[in-house]
Order: sequence, then C-alpha cells, then structure tokens
Amino acid sequence: MITTADIYPVLPELFLAVAAMALLMYGVFRGDKSTGSCSWLAVLALIVTGVIMSLLPENAESAFRGQFVVDQFARFMKWLVLLGSALAVVMSMNYNAREQIERFEFPVLILFASLGMLLMVSANDLISLYVGLELQSLALYVIAAFRRDSTKSSEAGLKYFVLGALSSGMLLYGASMIYGFAGTTRFDALAALFTGPSADPGVGVVVGLVFLLAGLAFKVSAVPFHMWTPDVYEGAPTPVTAFFAVAPKIAAIALLVRTMVGPFGELFAQWQQIIVFISIASMLLGALAAIWQTNIKRLLAYSSIGHIGYALVGLAAGSEEGIRGIGVYMAIYLAMNVGTFCCVLSMRRQGVLAEGIDDLAGLARNHPMMAAAMAIFMFSMAGIPPLAGFFGKLYVFMAAVNEGLYVLAIIGVLTSVIGAFYYLRIVKIMYFDEPADAFDRTAGREIGAIMAVAGMFTLLFFVFPSPIVEGAGQAAAVLFASG
Amino acid sequence: MILQAISFYAFAAVTVAAAVMVISARNPVHSVLFLILAFFNAAGLFVLMGAEFIAMILVIVYVGAVAVLFLFVVMMLDINFVELRQGFLQYLPIGALVGLVLLAELVLILGSWAIAPDTASRAAAPTPAITETTNTHAIGQVLYTDYIYLFQAAGLILLIAMIGAIVLTLRSREGVKRQRISDQVGRTREESVEVRHVEPGSGV
Amino acid sequence: MVADALWGYLMQDMLSEYLPILIFLGIATGIAIAALVASYIVARQRPDPEKVSAYECGFDAFDDARGQFDVRFYLVAILFIIFDLEIAFLFPWAISLSEIGLFGFWSMMAFLGVLTIGFIYEWKKGALEWE
Repeated sequence: MITTADIYPVLPELFLAVAAMALLMYGVFRGDKSTGSCSWLAVLALIVTGVIMSLLPENAESAFRGQFVVDQFARFMKWLVLLGSALAVVMSMNYNAREQIERFEFPVLILFASLGMLLMVSANDLISLYVGLELQSLALYVIAAFRRDSTKSSEAGLKYFVLGALSSGMLLYGASMIYGFAGTTRFDALAALFTGPSADPGVGVVVGLVFLLAGLAFKVSAVPFHMWTPDVYEGAPTPVTAFFAVAPKIAAIALLVRTMVGPFGELFAQWQQIIVFISIASMLLGALAAIWQTNIKRLLAYSSIGHIGYALVGLAAGSEEGIRGIGVYMAIYLAMNVGTFCCVLSMRRQGVLAEGIDDLAGLARNHPMMAAAMAIFMFSMAGIPPLAGFFGKLYVFMAAVNEGLYVLAIIGVLTSVIGAFYYLRIVKIMYFDEPADAFDRTAGREIGAIMAVAGMFTLLFFVFPSPIVEGAGQAAAVLFASG
Repeated sequence: MILQAISFYAFAAVTVAAAVMVISARNPVHSVLFLILAFFNAAGLFVLMGAEFIAMILVIVYVGAVAVLFLFVVMMLDINFVELRQGFLQYLPIGALVGLVLLAELVLILGSWAIAPDTASRAAAPTPAITETTNTHAIGQVLYTDYIYLFQAAGLILLIAMIGAIVLTLRSREGVKRQRISDQVGRTREESVEVRHVEPGSGV
Repeated sequence: MVADALWGYLMQDMLSEYLPILIFLGIATGIAIAALVASYIVARQRPDPEKVSAYECGFDAFDDARGQFDVRFYLVAILFIIFDLEIAFLFPWAISLSEIGLFGFWSMMAFLGVLTIGFIYEWKKGALEWE
C-alpha cells in the first residue's frame, strides 16, 4: 500500500508538477503578455524544487514499491538538470522576445521536460524509466518545433519526433524482452536475479539489454544513433538548442549509468563492449565530422556527440572512479556549453541572427570580453590545462587506465587532439581574422552574467575542484554501495 | 478447441494480409482502412489470449481514434504517394537482404532461448486466474493504488500532448466574425435604436 | 497437468462468452461476400469503355477525389484521442472502485484534475472553437 512515507521522496517532483500546471493556468488566463513573468516564475519554481530537494533527508530512499529512488547520485544529477533548465529559461527570454516567438508555453514546457528528467534520474524500474523518458521527450519534441513558422524548426521537431519514437520503440521492445525473460521490471529485483554463482541471464535478457541500450544511446545521441543531433541542433531555436545540449543529455547519461550499473551491473561483461564501441565511435565522429562544419550550431552538435563519447569512457570503465568521472564531466560540460551558447545567442547583426563560424571573425577587436569568454570555453572543450574541460577528461581517462582500458584511453586522447583543431580554429578566427561587423549589443544583461559566471567556473575550476569532485564521488559511491 | 484454432488462424492470416496491404496499397486511404482491419483482427487475437481489456482498448483507442487521426493526416498532407514510392523497387533487394539477415538471426536465437521457469512467480502483480476476476478488474486493482506514480505520470504525459498539439497547430485567424451571445443579450434599446423625426419631403 | 487442463477449460468458458460475437462476425463476413459474389454471378456483365469510365457532366474526372483537409481537423482529432485515452483509464477504475477504496478514488480524481487543467487551457486558448 502507498503511504505518506512514499510522498516525501517525490516532494520536489510533486512540487514541480503542480508548479508547472499552476504556471500553465497563470499563463493562459493572462495571455502571451505574461511570458516574461512566466519565465521568471518558472526559474523560481526550478529553484524551489532544488531547495525542497536539499531540505529532504540525505539518505537513499525508494518510494512507490521501489519504482522511484532518491539517493546521492540522483541528487547530484538532479542539481545539474535543474541548473541547466533554469539557465535555459533565462537564456531564452531575450531571444524569444526578439524573434517574436514569445509564448508562455515555452517555460511551461521546459518545466515539464525538467520534471521528466527528474523522473528519469530517479527511475528504478523499467516502467518508470520509460514514463520519465516519454514525459521529457514529448515536451522536447514540441519545443524543438517551437518556432512553427520556420521550416527548419518544424523539420527539426519532426525529425526528432520520428527518430525519437523509433528509439522509444526499440527501448520498449528491449524492456518487454527483459520483462518476458526475467519476469520483473524492478531494478533491484533484476539485480538480485543476475547476482550469485548460478545466475544465468540467458540470451533473451541480453538481447533485450542490447535493444534497451540502443534506445538509450539515441537519447544521449551517441554514435551510431546520433543522426538527428546536427539537424535538430541547427533547426531548433538557439535557446532550445542550448537546452537540448545540456539538461536532457545529463538526465539521459544519468539514466544510462543507473540502468547499466544498477540492475545490469553483473552483466558488465556483456554491455561493456557495446559501451566501448559507442564511446570510441562517438569520440571519432565528434572529432572528425566537426572539422567541416560552417554553422556554429552544427559544430556544437558534433562537439556534444564527442563529449558524450568521452563521458561514456567513464561508464566503460565501470568502476566507481569512472562514474565519478562522468559526474565531474557532466558538471563541467554544463558550464562550458551554457557559456558557449550564451556567446552564440549574442551573435546578432542588425537584428538578424548570425550562425556561421565566419561571423565570429575578428570578434576580439569588437567585443574583447565576449571573445575572451568564448576562447576560454573553446580551450576548455579542447581539453587544454588548466581549464575545467581538461579535468573532466582527466578523470574519465584515469578511470579507464586504472581498469586496464589503455586502447580506449589512447583513442580518447588522440581524438581530443584532433578535436582541438576545430576548437582552436574558432579561437584563431576570433583573434587573427579580419574583423567582420560588430554584433548588436542587445543580448541582455542575463546572458552576459551567465557567460561571465560560466567563464569563471571554467577558468578557475582547478582552484576549487573539491565541491564538484566530492559531490560526484559521493554520487558514484552510492551506486556501488549495495552491489 | 477446434473453433479456437480456426479463429486463431483466421484472425492471424487476416492480420498479416492486411498488414501487407497497408504497405503495398496504392491509395493511402486504403492503407489506413487496411490498418483498421489489422487492428480489428489483432483485437480478435487478444481476445483468444484472454486479454479482453487490451482487445477492447485496441478497438476503442486505435480503431476509434488513432486510425481516424491517420485518415486526417493522410487527407491533410497533399502528397503524391505514387511518386513517393518510385524508388521502392530499387531498394527492394537490399531491404530483402536486411530482412533475411534479421530472420536468420531470429531463427538462430529462438532456438537457444528459454524462459526462466520461475518467471511468472517473480511478477510484481501476478495475474489472477480468470475465474476469479476479469482482467479489466485485475488491472483496476493495482493501477490506481500500487502504480499510482506511473498512473499520474501518464496523466502528465497526456497533458503535455494536449499542450503540444495546441502550441504547434492552433492558429488564431484574423477577421473572423464570431457570435458573442453575451453581447447580443446585453444589447440595450438605447444603444441600438434611435428615433428620428424626419420632415416630410426632405429625406433622411 | 491437471492445472493445465483446468486452465484450458476456463479459457474455453471465457471464450464461449465471445461465441455470439464470432458467429456474428462469421455471418457478417458471409453476407458481405455473398453480396459481392451474387452481383458478380447473377447480374449481366457487359462492360464497355464508355460504361466503366468515370463520368462527370460530360467531362472526364480530372483529379484525385481527395480534397486537402484543414489542420484544424487534426487538432480536434488529437484532442479527442487524449480524452479517449482518459476514458480508457476510467473503465478498470469504475469496476474495481469498491475494492481500491478512497485512495483509488482520489488517485483518479488527481488524474482527472490534471486533465481538467489541460481542458481549461484548451478552452481558454480557443482550441475548441471552430470559428
């Protein structure tokens, strides 16, 4: 029976759901002129959700007959997700108003998507995994096509939807196989089933696991399930792209990690090779395909595919250290991407958006601060010490080396070097090319502030790494505590 | 027993035939109609398995709503499906090859598959015997209490679907004359009727 | 073995309730086929090109008979599906309400509340107006 004890762990989610619905009502009664206040209220709702989460006791708890779990890992990832979503809402305001797509549904849909991500991170059952994933995806499909009068945006939404539905189908097929052959959908029951000397998962479960992995790999846009990423990133409105690049990726990685390490931890040998493969493929594609891009959003799409590849190195290691590396990597990834997208959002000439890499030419002369911030993010993404991105890569590669995955670590380092080429090319264009016309200074103070904070974080991470590293360490420890 | 076998084969055969017709029919509207036929026969198969609830949901939701939506979409998109299908034969060999490989894999794997014997006993909510309750009843006993978390999340998904459909397709049209009943009722004599005294022979 | 036999018997029992429907389906199919076959066999068939070609006030029919639908039909259809699904959730609830108690009752009320929020949104947005 469900009791009130089940309510406490889900309080943050409950609050977020109620807040999103209240905001929907507020918006629909006030009309589209309330978009500004709706956006700020959405940010407030996300913050309050985080506060409620931090007020709850810090032990691991499961609720609703084990369908939902809150532990240190969930909390760490949820913090990142909430932060990413709140920043995305702030970043969207100015842009949406300027592009005349200012509608109050935007922050509401972001709230619902964040709710889905929180459910994903806390999923402890194949059904709650799927429900959380759909809640998130459905909201994302809609906001990808949010600028519905633009063919590109509609195309992005449609592509994302069709391919997303396909991947959900694969995921469900895999989940149904696992249920059919194991007889349970609960993660703890599955884990118990595969532990022990006589435990034999059987071919059925492994095939189901492969389908499940394929579905999840799509959601994190790992190669070979990455095809949608560049088109969707390019077509969707820029703040939506910024949102896509950060929060859903973090939630999906968290889900992937929990699903692999939790119920299927004992099948490590079976899924490790798959993760190693998609990790290498993502790193290679992220490094090579980005070189020929001329659109900055497409370039960032390939860059994010590459980053997911690096993060998956930590999962391939399968150790506590590797998972800690993923936590650190995703936190740093959040800061770098949010910062970079703030720069992209500021690229606007005479009211028209500029998205080409050439448009950055000579940025250092017209906008020295923005160029410096962008340079920091690019250096960091390339993994140049002592910037944050270097430490992200360091943690996952160290984990891989400690587990004896030398080849994986070496490929990772090599692709970072190749990838550094296009990141540094952007820096070169900004600092040494003939200046193009200056951008409008209309991006808004919020964008500038976020850019500055993200830049400081990326630059000074090496001074105070301990909060993030320790948080990620605790998060990783909890996943390995029981098993 | 024999009746059951006959109806199984009839339903299964029609389902497969209708599914083939869905992808091979020249007219997209016919495709949708064949899809409806396939849904109906799948519902028949579900009934044979004892899953009445799913069978009825298939008829109500898929035939009643989803297929109608398909029809609308087919009618909405002005696509020449014959033109669209022109490359079909060109890709047939490679498609057939992929299909064959998948089939071979399935056959190979099915041979070695075995469902763990105690699978049914591990189920979180075992299906009660059909004499005790109908399966609609059995679903009702757990869905709203034990699975309330998933149930409410499903409600939120439906809400997002609603918001999404409206955000993406609703357009307010300019210059449409609407009937406002409250305005009509609220009209007073003073604001609508004016009495003028017209001098004879001078016109208005 | 005994359990299997029992199960088989019970299934039969459940399925026998569907026997009238099966018979109905059989008769319907039979009549449909009979009507087609009979008209093919009994009626005189002397087709010629003038008789079988489409005729429209002396013109050839030029085009596809399909007219393009407005996107508004789609909106109505999808809103209908959502409420259709909601009703699908109501069936099991209605017949097991006596056992799931007050908790089950309020569980459904919360679900309906969420959808009512959606309904208010829809209404205020004017999605239900045809114009």
